[in-house]
Amino acid sequence: MTTSNASVNTSKPIKKRKTNFFRANRGDSNFKRLVIHLILIFYCVISIYPLLRIFSVSLRPGNRVLSTDLSIIPPDATLENYEKVIYEQGLFQWIWNSLAVTITTAIIGVIIAATSAYAFSRYKFKGRTTLLIYLLTTQMIPTAMLMVPLYILAIKLNLVGTYRGLVIAYSVTSVPFSIWILKGYYDTIPTELEEAAIIDGASPLEAFWKIILPLSTPALAITFLFNFSQAWNEFLIARVILGSNESILTWPLGLNRLMGQYLVQWGQYNAGAILVSLPVMILFLAMSKYMISGLTLGSVKG
Amino acid sequence: MFNFDAIIKSLSEVGSTILVVLLIVVILELFLYLLLVRWLKVKNSLVYMLISPAIIGLLVLQVYPLVWEGYISMTNMSLSHFFNFNFIGLKNYVRVFTEPVLKQVTFFPLFWRTILWTGINVAFHVIGGMILALLLNRDMKLRGLYRMIIVIPWALPQVVAAMAWRGEFNFEYGWINIMLKAIGLQPVQWLTSPTPNFAAMCIVNIWLGIPFMTVILLGGLQSISGEFYEAAEMDGANNWQKFWGITLPLMQPIMSPAIILGTVWTFNTFNISFFINQYELESSDILVTALFRAAFQYNRYGFSAAFAFVIFFILLIYSVFYARATGALKGVKD
Repeated sequence: MTTSNASVNTSKPIKKRKTNFFRANRGDSNFKRLVIHLILIFYCVISIYPLLRIFSVSLRPGNRVLSTDLSIIPPDATLENYEKVIYEQGLFQWIWNSLAVTITTAIIGVIIAATSAYAFSRYKFKGRTTLLIYLLTTQMIPTAMLMVPLYILAIKLNLVGTYRGLVIAYSVTSVPFSIWILKGYYDTIPTELEEAAIIDGASPLEAFWKIILPLSTPALAITFLFNFSQAWNEFLIARVILGSNESILTWPLGLNRLMGQYLVQWGQYNAGAILVSLPVMILFLAMSKYMISGLTLGSVKG
Repeated sequence: MFNFDAIIKSLSEVGSTILVVLLIVVILELFLYLLLVRWLKVKNSLVYMLISPAIIGLLVLQVYPLVWEGYISMTNMSLSHFFNFNFIGLKNYVRVFTEPVLKQVTFFPLFWRTILWTGINVAFHVIGGMILALLLNRDMKLRGLYRMIIVIPWALPQVVAAMAWRGEFNFEYGWINIMLKAIGLQPVQWLTSPTPNFAAMCIVNIWLGIPFMTVILLGGLQSISGEFYEAAEMDGANNWQKFWGITLPLMQPIMSPAIILGTVWTFNTFNISFFINQYELESSDILVTALFRAAFQYNRYGFSAAFAFVIFFILLIYSVFYARATGALKGVKD
């Protein structure tokens, strides 16, 4: 194995910038490349195997759910568990419940965050720094800490076992983080745009509505997704506020109920898990690039 | 499959909630408009109109409950004293440190276990994430595919992941023990004995957390200009020196906030410990799950409110020190 020094450089002169970027592998031997690929493949297997396992168990017939078989597609694969979890357990009902709560809270959350982030980005006012630091501090409050007062307040206001309680409890939890992301994004839009509009006779509010908001569509979409996924995956508050009211369980509570029954519904749990996770995962993977830039904008740039 | 009554009910409930929220916002804005613009003629009135919904929402749903929790923490509120509770001063705070928090376990074992849990997890997340990011930060085939597969544990809903892993830690039918047996090792009692249960929690959380760090660190690595490395090569630096001398210092602005956030998140991770700890071993509880159990299994509301504040102050002190030390919050002042 010879060291193929600068082979990347000479073969792809157009990608000069890119090779600067990936300088680390200039002088790599083939052996080193092979080792790197092997490590990455090994980690990919670790990453994906538990998911494949969920898929595999979900295909097992009811009487063979408990088995020591390790094959990904079992020899007697069947969709029985999917049918059961949809028709007997009401998976779609749970998903519907989750959707209703999640979309409502995400919309309320984004609207509230979008307007206040604009004020934080464009105006200097008294208490601005204090408020921004307060918003960061709220990230440190464990959810479990807010549980006690929220639960007792929900009992006193008669909100236990209702969506209303859940929507209200969720809608502000992600507002601080959303404000940070959106503020970071607004900061990158030059103020000249609004100044020009205001000289042309637009009010500041019109400038915000007609210029800033349309320009911020990507950031708004990311914020919506963040709010959405946070409420979509939430278990703790839902468990405490919704209790065990059968007809209004969100999907995490519903799936947890299947798990509670001593592995009897193990196959159905896995079928439900696949049905719930796949759309979310596809959405997440498609958006992950933007979500990460949103995260770094919000947390790093400041 | 569907219960139509339930659907109608949920729609009307959700719809009315939106209407109520909208109504409150409109009334609030109208009030502020009349007060600030028409009556007081404040210069920056638009600012206050813009931030008021968020600030009032947070005041009502976060600050007020917290203040109220502060009050509860000084009472003996519990299930038997739900309405007729008495003010008992700081006794609950003393009790947090002196009495068992749950049935047997006391505060300090829980505290050290949580520190251990956070330390192990964050260390593995950062080291594992850094190794994967360095490996992925090169021009090679299949790079995009590797990246996508490595991100999968992060994309999987945490609740699903935690519950699926709990099933896989089953002694007889979980793949982990099946594989251990296949390579000739003794199967492990992951769910019933304390140390393996704690190890199981760590395995799941490390698996879940590495993708986030990888992606964040990879983003940081790609923003480092190649010129630094060229200059270092001229001076004859080897790869190891380049990593410690260039990569790490330049990654500092990305790593510090990521580590603070990661630490706080790990410290507060509820789902993993809650689900993996199927048999409610007190030896696997960390502070936040113990808080949940104290409040909702033992129904000691006053006590758990005090406990919650103790946990919060631990986090606050940590974050302030870390932020001071690394300057991670410099951006706020701009």
